[in-house]
Amino acid sequence: MTRTILVCCGTGCRANGGMDVSLALTAAVDAAAADANVCCVTETGCSGLCELGPLVRIMPDDIMYYRVRPSDAHDIIQKTVLESEPIERLLFKDSSGNHVLHQADNPFYGHQKKIALRNVGIIDSRSIDEYIAHGGYSALARALEMTSDEIIREVEESGIRGRGGAGFPTGRKWRSAAVLESSPKYVICNGDEGDPGAFMDGSIMDGDPHSVLEGMMIGALAIGAEEGFLYIRDEYIQAVKSMKKAIRAAEKRGLLGESILGTNRKLYFSVVRGGGAFVCGESTALMSSIEGNVGEPRAKYIHSVEKGLWGCPTVINNVETWANIPVIINGGGKKFAEIGTKDSTGTKVFALVGKVKYTGLVEVPMGITLRKLIFEIGGGIPNNRKFKAVQTGGPSGGCIPASLLDIPVDFDTLKEYGTMMGSGGMIVMDDHSCMVEFARYYVNFLCGESCGKCTPCREGLRHMRSILTNICNGYGREGDIELLEMIGSTMIDCSLCALGSSAPNPVLTTIRYFREEYEAHIREHRCPAGVCKALTAFSVNHAVCKGCMACTAVCPTRAIVQLNGGFPIITKSCNGCGSCRDVCRFNAIEAVKGGRV
Amino acid sequence: MNLNESDTEINEVIKAYPPERQNSLPIMQDLQKKFGYIPRNAFKKIGLYLSCSEAHLYSMATFYKALSLVPQGKHVIRLCDGTTCHIKGSVQLRDEITRLLGIRDGETTSDRLFSLQLVNCIGTCAIAPAILIDETYYGKLTPADLPAILNRYRKLEEEREREHEEENGMENGEKNEKEEKS
Repeated sequence: MTRTILVCCGTGCRANGGMDVSLALTAAVDAAAADANVCCVTETGCSGLCELGPLVRIMPDDIMYYRVRPSDAHDIIQKTVLESEPIERLLFKDSSGNHVLHQADNPFYGHQKKIALRNVGIIDSRSIDEYIAHGGYSALARALEMTSDEIIREVEESGIRGRGGAGFPTGRKWRSAAVLESSPKYVICNGDEGDPGAFMDGSIMDGDPHSVLEGMMIGALAIGAEEGFLYIRDEYIQAVKSMKKAIRAAEKRGLLGESILGTNRKLYFSVVRGGGAFVCGESTALMSSIEGNVGEPRAKYIHSVEKGLWGCPTVINNVETWANIPVIINGGGKKFAEIGTKDSTGTKVFALVGKVKYTGLVEVPMGITLRKLIFEIGGGIPNNRKFKAVQTGGPSGGCIPASLLDIPVDFDTLKEYGTMMGSGGMIVMDDHSCMVEFARYYVNFLCGESCGKCTPCREGLRHMRSILTNICNGYGREGDIELLEMIGSTMIDCSLCALGSSAPNPVLTTIRYFREEYEAHIREHRCPAGVCKALTAFSVNHAVCKGCMACTAVCPTRAIVQLNGGFPIITKSCNGCGSCRDVCRFNAIEAVKGGRV
Repeated sequence: MNLNESDTEINEVIKAYPPERQNSLPIMQDLQKKFGYIPRNAFKKIGLYLSCSEAHLYSMATFYKALSLVPQGKHVIRLCDGTTCHIKGSVQLRDEITRLLGIRDGETTSDRLFSLQLVNCIGTCAIAPAILIDETYYGKLTPADLPAILNRYRKLEEEREREHEEENGMENGEKNEKEEKS
């Protein structure tokens, strides 16, 4: 039997040494080349469970290995490939200690439903043939036989809403661009994904670039566009390479260029690299950037679908939205609409990260509860710590506390609770995360990213930052919380673009759900989570300390010493970084009130 | 690093694109990649080529984070301060790098070996906290891991210099030999 060894070479696994594993496996295959058809090694995009990478999957047996080292390559070929024997030490162990052989039996994967990620981690992203072999470009062929109205009707029926964050109905957007008579028209793929804590768009572009292209081609047919741009973050080195290569391959096959698949329809796509500005994820700023200007947004009195790129009708959708389109055309809008909830159909890809056991990329049906997502798929909080909050939607989103873990994840419910879907970052926090500092972090981030064009955003963020920094440093004053709320509501009402009007969300939701933490900072000069350095000192609780000295190994300032072979103590050279507390398995290191105030 | 980028080198990068304004960002990105910053004399050339003002190009160069007006060190340390890295301790890493190298965000060491850039997300949130040095990712770091990583680059540089010296030495030696023979 010919076997394929899928080696995950997504960014996470790459950082964990995935490329070396791939090289070692290729060498081991060559060494065992007695019968050369035993197997081939395929480098794929992100398989999802980055935390336990590098990941290796052997098909068609569907045996999944985790934390593979280059030194395991020989065993994998000899035992699993040649003798069909699984290697226990590389398998996943479930909560009851049983070894899990197949991917689908791993709870991380079992609860997922993959649409946008259907090929990511399964095919060689560099090969157009593999994409076609997995049913790729069949939706394009179908769309070529449909009228513009028929295509758009399928998309409308699917109920798909933009995956970039705001959740605008995609079908309605296409419809309003299609009815306009003017020419030229453009399609754009927003692959800027500047959200800190999100990497799904990058993973899709890297792991399955043709699905994005195919979606864009169908969109271009539907609205009558002949040119398309993919605006991709410059930091996504792999995604840029992968998309460029995919465009060239599609051109060679006659899927792009003078005539699509022999028809008289023309279509040209090109990649534009972003300049590293968060605001360029905003559609009007993004278009300004493509035109060769500073990426400043404009007020949307006139929608981009009417006057977008170079003043022409433009449809701009996010990477994940485009990747969903071929599935909608192939399976029909009705079938797609059956997944998810009534008003939020389909699935959503999340970057499940932060203080959660199994971090990685997950795609789940809309309407799944946060509890299921974090505790069943994500495996809960590491080191048996307490779940505190989950942050969704990046800097434009907000925090959801533990009491709301059972709300369904969909566009409207999240909005109701003060946050938003955003592009899909889902950052889990445990009780070692300070919500005030967290709000300060986002505001500081946005302060640097605000384009400065409108006053509420430019000045509002600066003032919020200085107030929050003061609170974190112990100089908070009575009335600060109310002032933050006032600035926030002004920004929501008066900012020019979505960056400014959503910027207060992290501050307002943390005040809404964690007001007592703000009060502790202001009134008692105490950081309950033990994060704000100016207010925190650490001490060792000798009643629970086992004297394992794991803390000394990570202390950058050597502030933990052991006197006379007893328990460790923390000396004055402690810089308050808290690394010791993070590694302590017995919770023996405690944050206490301290510092200069 | 060559600090006197020649006109031909700059022109080469510029002329690779058709003279349309939409190419201003890619041209500057290519210059950034080639020289580690946008040389001052490049603005005039780009402006003439694309028929746009130098001021416009300056405003772009200062707006986009990918572009820099000052030369960068040989190895650029991109310290991820994305949300996940932040809650998992990127601040500690930053403090430690500052302690070890004496540079803050946006600065370069005096020997021009390292530059430190705090960036918002490098897309490796699952292995936070992470840094990207040139094109190599390092994940799940603690401050204690940093000295070894930085030393690796220092050693690499020392070796390179030694090889360079040896090569030069050899070349000189060969020349001398040749001269002697002739």
